[in-house]
Formats: sequence, C-alpha cells, structure tokens
Amino acid sequence: MKDKNRKNVSSMETFRKVLTVIAKYRVLLLFSVILAGITVILQLYIPILFGDTIDLIVDKGQVDFASMKPILLEIFGLVILTSLLTWFMNLINNRLTYRTVQDIRSKAIRQIENLPLSYLDSHSTGDVVQRVIADVDQLSDGLLLGFTQLFSGVITIVVTLIFMFSKNVEITLLVLILTPVSFLVAKFISSRSYAMFQKQTKTRGKQTALINEMVGNEKVVKAFGHEEEASKQFRKLNEDLQRYSEKAIFFSSLTNPSTRAVNNVIYALVALIGAGRILSGRLTVGGLTVLLSYANQYMKPFNDISSVITELQNALACAQRVFDLIEAEPESADCNQELVIKEENHGSVDIEHVNFSYVKDQKLIEDFNFHAEPGQKIAIVGPTGCGKTTFINLLMRFYDVDCGRITIDGQAINQVSRGSLRTNYGMVLQETWIKNATVRENIAFGNPEATDEEIIHAAKEAHSYEFIRRMPKGLDTILHEDDLSQGEKQLLCITRVMLLMPPMLILDEATSSIDTRTELLIQEAFDKLMKGRTSFVVAHRLSTIRNADCILVMNQGRIIEQGSHEELMAQNGFYTNLYNSQFAGVEI
Amino acid sequence: MNGIKRVLHYMQGYKKQAVLAPSFKLLEALMDLLTPLIVAAIINQGVLKQDMGLVWKYFALLILLAILGMGFSFTAQWFAARASVGCTTGLRQALFDHIENLSYTELDTLGTDTLITRMTSDMNQVQNGINLALRLLLRSPFIVLGAVIMAFTIDVKAALVFLVTVPVLSIVVFGIMVASIPLHRKAQNGLDRLLGTTRENLTGVRVIRAFHKETAEIQEFDQENEALTRMNEFVGRLSSFMNPATYAIVNIATIILIQVGALQVSNGSIAQGDMVALYNYMAQIIVELIKLASLIININKFIACADRIDSIFQIESSIHYPKEKVDQAKSPRDCFDTPAVVFDHVTFQYAGTGENALEDIDFSVAKGSTIGVIGGTGSGKSTLVHLIPRFYDATCGGVYISGKNVKDYSEGELIQRIGMVPQKAVLFEGSIRDNLLWGNPDATDEDLWEALTIAQGREVVEGKEGKLDYLLEQNGRNLSGGQKQRLTIARALVRKPEILIMDDSSSALDFATDLKLRQAIHSLDHDMTVFIVSQRTSSVRTADQILVLDDGKLSGIGNHEELMQNCNLYQEIYYSQFPEEKPKDWVRIGKGEEVKA
Repeated sequence: MKDKNRKNVSSMETFRKVLTVIAKYRVLLLFSVILAGITVILQLYIPILFGDTIDLIVDKGQVDFASMKPILLEIFGLVILTSLLTWFMNLINNRLTYRTVQDIRSKAIRQIENLPLSYLDSHSTGDVVQRVIADVDQLSDGLLLGFTQLFSGVITIVVTLIFMFSKNVEITLLVLILTPVSFLVAKFISSRSYAMFQKQTKTRGKQTALINEMVGNEKVVKAFGHEEEASKQFRKLNEDLQRYSEKAIFFSSLTNPSTRAVNNVIYALVALIGAGRILSGRLTVGGLTVLLSYANQYMKPFNDISSVITELQNALACAQRVFDLIEAEPESADCNQELVIKEENHGSVDIEHVNFSYVKDQKLIEDFNFHAEPGQKIAIVGPTGCGKTTFINLLMRFYDVDCGRITIDGQAINQVSRGSLRTNYGMVLQETWIKNATVRENIAFGNPEATDEEIIHAAKEAHSYEFIRRMPKGLDTILHEDDLSQGEKQLLCITRVMLLMPPMLILDEATSSIDTRTELLIQEAFDKLMKGRTSFVVAHRLSTIRNADCILVMNQGRIIEQGSHEELMAQNGFYTNLYNSQFAGVEI
Repeated sequence: MNGIKRVLHYMQGYKKQAVLAPSFKLLEALMDLLTPLIVAAIINQGVLKQDMGLVWKYFALLILLAILGMGFSFTAQWFAARASVGCTTGLRQALFDHIENLSYTELDTLGTDTLITRMTSDMNQVQNGINLALRLLLRSPFIVLGAVIMAFTIDVKAALVFLVTVPVLSIVVFGIMVASIPLHRKAQNGLDRLLGTTRENLTGVRVIRAFHKETAEIQEFDQENEALTRMNEFVGRLSSFMNPATYAIVNIATIILIQVGALQVSNGSIAQGDMVALYNYMAQIIVELIKLASLIININKFIACADRIDSIFQIESSIHYPKEKVDQAKSPRDCFDTPAVVFDHVTFQYAGTGENALEDIDFSVAKGSTIGVIGGTGSGKSTLVHLIPRFYDATCGGVYISGKNVKDYSEGELIQRIGMVPQKAVLFEGSIRDNLLWGNPDATDEDLWEALTIAQGREVVEGKEGKLDYLLEQNGRNLSGGQKQRLTIARALVRKPEILIMDDSSSALDFATDLKLRQAIHSLDHDMTVFIVSQRTSSVRTADQILVLDDGKLSGIGNHEELMQNCNLYQEIYYSQFPEEKPKDWVRIGKGEEVKA
C-alpha cells in the first residue's frame, strides 16, 4: 500500500515536471483540451439531430418538410463548425507535440555536453541515445496526445450515456450491463494466445541467434564448407517457428471477430427492445436510429481509453528516464580564468598529494606525487587496470581529484576554465572517434579554418595521407564508422592533433592498432613536433617508449618505479620483468 | 514491385488458403452489409405494421448473422495465418540458403548487418503484411462497393448521392495519404540523422571536450533538431486536414441524402425504415475508407520490405564453379615436383575500389614448407591468403594449388584441402566437439584430441567441465581470447589439411605458447604447407620463406637471414620490434625519408 502510494507520488511528480516543460505552451494545451471537449459533444449531438429529421419522414405524404429545413441547416452549420474546430485542434496538437519534443531534445544535448564524465561513463551510449530519441517521442505521443485522448474518451462516454438515457433508460442500462462481456471475451482469448506467443517468441529468439551467428560469421561458415549443415539447422528452427507462429497469429486474431460478435448481439438486442418501445409509443424511429449508432460506437472510447492508459504508463516511465538525464547534476561551475602557458616555458606539470577513486569505498589512486619538467616526455606503463587511463582522466580534468591538486606552470587546473586547460593538450586515445563528416572536417575538427595545405601537411606527418589519397573523393570523402580499419582511424585521430600543434600532448595507447613500423615513424614525427613540449604517453608496446625522459611504472594506482629506461632496467624490478616478458620465446 | 512477385512465388504452396482467406472475409462483410437491411425491415414491417412477432423473427436473423459472421471470420483468420506464415517460412529458408551461397565479395558489399536485418525484421514485416492483405485488403473496398449497391437496391435517386460521395472521399483520403508518404520518409531520415548526431556526441565526448568543441556540436544538433521539427510539423499539418475534411464530406452528404430520401418517402417510393438503412450505409462507408487508408500505409511498408528482401535475391554469387571436373593439371611452371601453391603474377582489386589491393604477386611454394607473410596495416597480407581458398578471384593472373588453377576445382573440393584459421577467433554455440567437427565431420575423439594437442589447446579443454562436451555460448563468449584462438587452430587442424593458413591467428597467444605451437606444427609427420600471417617478426623468422608485403606489392622474399641482408622494409619491421638489436650505424632508406620534411 505504502509502495503504491510512493509510486503514485513519483508519477505525479513526473507529470508535474512535464507540465513545467510545456509551461510556455500552456495556452495551447488549454485550447487543445477545450476544443477536444467541444468537438466530442458536437460529434455526438449531430446524430441526434439526424434522428430528429428521420422522425419527420414518416410515410408517403407524411413528410414535414417545413420543420426539416431548419434542422438540416443547423446540422450543416454544426458540421462545418465541428470540422473547423477539429482542424484547429489538430494543428494545435501538432505544434504542441513537436515543439515540446524539440525543446526537450535541445535541453538534452546541452546537458550531454555539460554532464560529468562519471555520468556518461556509467551509462551506455545506447541507453542515453534512447532517452534523447525514443523516450522523448514516447513522452510527447503518450503524455500529450494520450492526455487529450483520455480526456475526450471520458467525455464521449459521459455524453453518450446522457444522450442515450435521454432517449431510453432501459436500452441504455442494457448496453451498460452487456458491454463488459466483450472485455471478458477479449481477455479470455488473449490469455489463451499468450502461451502460443511465448513459444513463438522463444523459437524466434533461437532463430535470430542462429542467424546472427551464421550470417554474422558467414565467412567462417564458407571457409569450412559448413553451408549445408547450417541450412539444415536453420530449417529445423524455421519449421518449429512456422508451427508456433500459425497458432499464435490465429489465436490472437480471434479477439476482434469475437468482440465484434458480442457487439452485434448487443446491437440486435437494442433493435429488438427499441422496436418494442416504439410499438408501445415510448420511442421514435429516429430515436432508435440514434441509439443504434451509439450502441455501435459505445465500445470505441473504452478500447481507446484502455490503450491510452497503457500508453500513458509507458510514457510516464519514459518521461522519468528523460528527466533523470536532463536533471542529472552537471559538472561543477567553470572558472573564467584562462590557462596561460608561456612560450619559453612549455608547461611544467605538478601533481601533489592526489587521491582519487571512481567509487567511494574502492581506493584507487592514493597520495600521488609527481613533477614533470617542461618539455619532458613522460611515459606511463603498467598492467591493465593499474590506473594509467585514470591518470589521463585527471590531467584532462575529465574527473576531478578527490583531494590534493594538479598544477600547470603553477596554475591549479581546477581554477582555470576547462576549455582552456583541455585545448592546451593534444589528446589521442586508443578508442578512436570519427565524425560522420568529410575527411577534411574530421581532420580540421580542432581548427575549422585550417587550409588544405596545412591539412595535407599534417596528414603526411601522421602517415595518413597515403590512404586518404586513395579514397574515392580524397579529403571530401564522407566517412562512416565502418569505412576505415581501426589502424586507419587511429592515424586520422593522430592527424587531427598533428594539425593543432598543441603545447602539451597526451597519447593513450594512440598507436595500438598501427603496425610497429608505421608506429615508429609516427613516434618520430611526434618527438620532433613535441620538442620542448611536455607529453604524456601510455603504451603497451614498451619498445616505443624507451626514449622517454621519465617512465612511470604504475601498479594498483600507485607509482612503484620511476626513472629512465636504463635506470629502471638497472633496478631489475617490476619494469624489467614487464619489459622482458614481451620478448619471451624469441630465441629458438 | 519485384518483391511482390517473389512473395507470390512462395505463396504457390498455399494457393488454396490464399484464396479462401479473403473469400471468407467477404462472406463476413456480407453479413455486415445485410444488417442495415434487416433493421430497415424491423422498422418497415415490424414497427409500422405493429407486428411484434415479425420483430422477433428479424431479431433472430440478426443474431444468426452475428454468429455466422464470427464463424466466417474465424475461418478466414485461420487460412490467412496459415498462408502468411507458410509463405514467409519458405521465403526465409530460401533467403538463408541464398546467403549461404554468396561469396566473400558479395558479403563485403552487403555487410552482415544488412543481411541480418533482411532475415529478421524485414521478414516479420512481410509476414504481417501478407496476413493483413489477405484479411483486409479486399474487405474494405467490398463493403464500400457493397454499401453503394445496397443503396441502389433501396432507391436509385438516393444511391446517386453515394455515387458522388465515394469518389470525393476517396480522393481526399488517398490524396492526403499519397502526398504524406514521401514526407514521412523524409521525417524519418531526419530523425535518423539526429539519432546519429546524438550518438556521435556521446561516443566522442572526450574528444569533443578535449578540443573544446561543445558549442559547435550543440549548434550542429540544434540545426538538425530544427529541421526535423519543421519537417514533422509540415507533415502534421497535412494529415491534420484528413479527419475534419472527411467528417464534413460525409455529413454534408448525409444532409443531402436526407433531403433526397424525404422526397422519395413523401412520394411513396421508399419507407421510413429504408431511410434509416441508407443513413447507416453512409456511416459504414467512412469507417471503411479510413481503415483502408491505414491498411495501405502498412502494405506500403510491407512492399518496401519485400523489395529489400528481393534485392538480396537478385545478387548472384560472383564465384562460379566448373560444371564438369577439370582433370588435367595445367602446371604454370615446368617442374617435376608440383609446387603446393603458385601465385602467377596475381593482381587483385576489391569490388568498388579503384586501387589494387595486391599487385603483380608472383611466387611459388614447395609442398611441406612454411611461409611467413609480414607487412604493415593494410599491406594486403590477409587478402593474399584469402585468394588461396578462392574466397575471391584474382583480377589478373592466376592462383594454382597442386598445379591446378583454383578456378578449375569444383565446389567444396578446394575448401576440403585447406585449413583456415581466421583472424577473428569465431566459435559457435554448441559443444567444443561440435565446433571442432566443423573441420571434419567424420573425425573421432582421438583425432580431436590430437589436433588440440598440436594447437596447445589440450589443457584448455581438459580444464572444462565435460571436456569435449563443454557447451560454448554464442560466439564462444565463455572463453578467453587466447582459448578461443587455440580452439580455432585445432578446428583447422582436425581437417588434416594439405595447406594450413593462420591469418594473424596467434596474436592473442603469448610468445611462449606461440613458439610451442609453431614447433608442434613443424614436427607433424604429414606434408602440410603452412602459411603464417603475422605482424610479429618473431612468429615468421623460422619460416622457410617470408613474403614481405608493402602496400600490396611484394617488397621482399626469402628467409630471415636473407631478408635481413637485402630487404630494407623487413629490417625496419624487425628493428621496430627489437630495438636493442639495431646496429648503431643502421639508417633507414626509402620511405622513411619522408619524415624529414
């Protein structure tokens, strides 16, 4: 009970939030609701007028043309009015839904650019995309239109009942009592077909898995001449699926004819009793016509409402997810101060007593201290999960330290603007990111004003020009995620940074998918580029960082060794082990 | 429209059902059409003549119609379900078999994602589409037409109102629909674009922030968002016209109908009950036309899906096998001892690219020797070994296995001789045994264990519960990368192939295991020719012959010692991996010089 209350409260809360979002459209919403009410009443009233005219057409020579004319004129006027009002209502709803969707989405994207990385790292991309796209659509369809539909559904039922009662009480009561029967029939059938649906879903799941496996790995299937075997396996599942689908589709398609049959029986009863009432003078023929058409339509709002209610619940859940995103705590306020790195003194980095952990109770980095001289090349090595990437996260301020401080040329990085800090670093990550745009736009991402000469020069430096030149439209080729190999993507990301020539550099496994020879060439290009600039390099191929000024060996969040390659090798410790393990088994 | 033809082809076995389903649906519609007539009879004969007995009779008739209608409908649903499911089942099997027969070239162009979508969601759409079409496509036009005819049987003058109303309504309903379908598609594209941008902003969040491009990205998103909203509003304005317009048309038609009807009743042509029946028929028309419009939208989707499926069927495999066995071995070289593999000036281009992936590759491999293939990213290593089992056909030149051109082997014959270990270690749902038997369905457990031992996978399998019966999940998810790789190597060895190809397939093994693996393969007693593709010089240095590839060209060939003497690229690769062995005075020549610029 308590639980249910809480749920209701949070639904109300969500609903209230939706109302605040559409606050600036409240006049539109109000109009929409009023128009819905008016049009429903008019649409139900018009049949009554038609019934009245039919009562005036009794028999040969007994037609009251004089009384009929004003009624028909009234109907004409009301029909035009109803059409116009319905049209206005549709236009208003149209504007209301699409503008709300646009507003929420534009809030969402601003939020995405301002959320702390900790939020984005802990939510899958697919999940957030769904919130921004599908959930927002559902919210507008379900909540805004659902609300109007629910409202007009209720009005339809109430007004229909009033009109019916005004015509005949017994028949109205009859319809009221018998209507639930068709719900029961529908429920009975759906509970029967459910079992078949489950079997169908299960078999279809198995078949989809097989398709994913076989078609997804078609090349391996072909390499082993396994085609026929796969086809046989598929045939078996396919035949099972046929059996279950036939039944599932058949049973579920019984609902409509069955409820229609129940409705037809009600219709017949209304006709029977109505005829009797006319004979006893308590109903007119026109009245019966009205009752019959009401009896026919009476079920519709119920069906509408029940589907709208499911829709509404669904929409509320979606709205909740959307609000969770746009109301999540954004990054702490940014500073206005710009980070200044003097030309002659390219960034000395100091890390003082830094503690950091992703999860409160799981300590990761503790009392981290380090000093990088301007222009030094710092390499970070260590086993997986030792904190290398975390270190980069802290340098770039993707995450803020828990305590202690990081300074660049004496300026604490949490006291300068994030933008100025980050643009002073050139960063290439192992996980590549390519925009769905031209090669040129991708390379010039950091500097859209770059000339073609500059771009080509950077591409040559990064050894990406060879494959760019081979692309169908060169720099103007539009890139899609799957067009390039992982190695080529890394080369492009490197080119992007090469173009910028930033004062400091961060390379996090930036060349992991590139062959060793090209890697070496790029490394040399970087070394040249970074002469006199501070750089941080994470690499798992230790051969590429031998010439670093300082190698930090990390394990479990701590620096356990520190020094140049020669010094560390002389220590014969963790690093020496790590280094030698790469070459185990070389000698034959 | 070809998609429809293809679907109809698979309907052949279900002709009876496909005819009976709509027929029974029409019978049901007939019951619906008769109802207003009976109500009219109740009013004309029962009420006006004050005969309650007649009213009861007509009531019984109404109930009978309701029950008959339900029966007809049930029957129609059953036939429709059988026909739609049966037809789709056949279509699905045929598409699966067709995909199984495509060659690598077609798989590359189509992409597996596309194929999977065609096999799953498109197929389901087609099934729903057939089902809907069988049940409803004829019903609505039948009722509309039936209502008009019924009106004519009641009164010709009143029926003329119907004759005008139906075309006017149809023009409005279908006009709006036809106009909005392409617009809906445009709006959908806009939504897809916005979705792509959102995804991009999430996957690239670190890069975007590192380059401080948040504002630019927001602007881009806003533009797309605004464009989408405008598109949606535009389509919405068009469709918001549908309801009020049809409502007005039908009701104005009813007003005219009543005036015409009043005159006819007044002059005694029809009775009051007939007037009621005409009124009811008018109401039926509008309901059915709207149903038909939404049905057509669904069928339109179904046709699009069927066409997409058909487009896969239209693609034929580009690899053709000889009809008759070609027996004479056409040796390209006059040797006494036929070489295992010969590449005779092979040039290869992937479909749709303008560049040669391989250029003028020419070498010959003696039976039983080990060949290393090394080179940078994208230098054509994998491409080269893919030509051996004829996954692709050479654009120029020829590939010969045991003296016979690969194109002269019949289907399956070549594959049988070759054990392939692909770059990506792929295993399938099922037991370890099932997976290993892919190599050779007739292999005994002993054979499997032997292969596992060579592949250094014996301990892996012995460590699993049930050993060979251990069940692998989809894609072998429940194994580590290294374990999977060992099993894929064993799978290839189970075949006891003449030629073993390992496409960078020991990359997930540590150096020590890699070494043991190579030693074990080397010590096999049967004459197996082995190709080892690798980026590691340590994996290929013991090979009898090493092919050094650079940008699709053969830049060196020989054993390790020879290459260290005369192949600059090989030296470069070697020293990049073993810098401590690099002589102080070694200088790079050729390509590396560009770096100076």
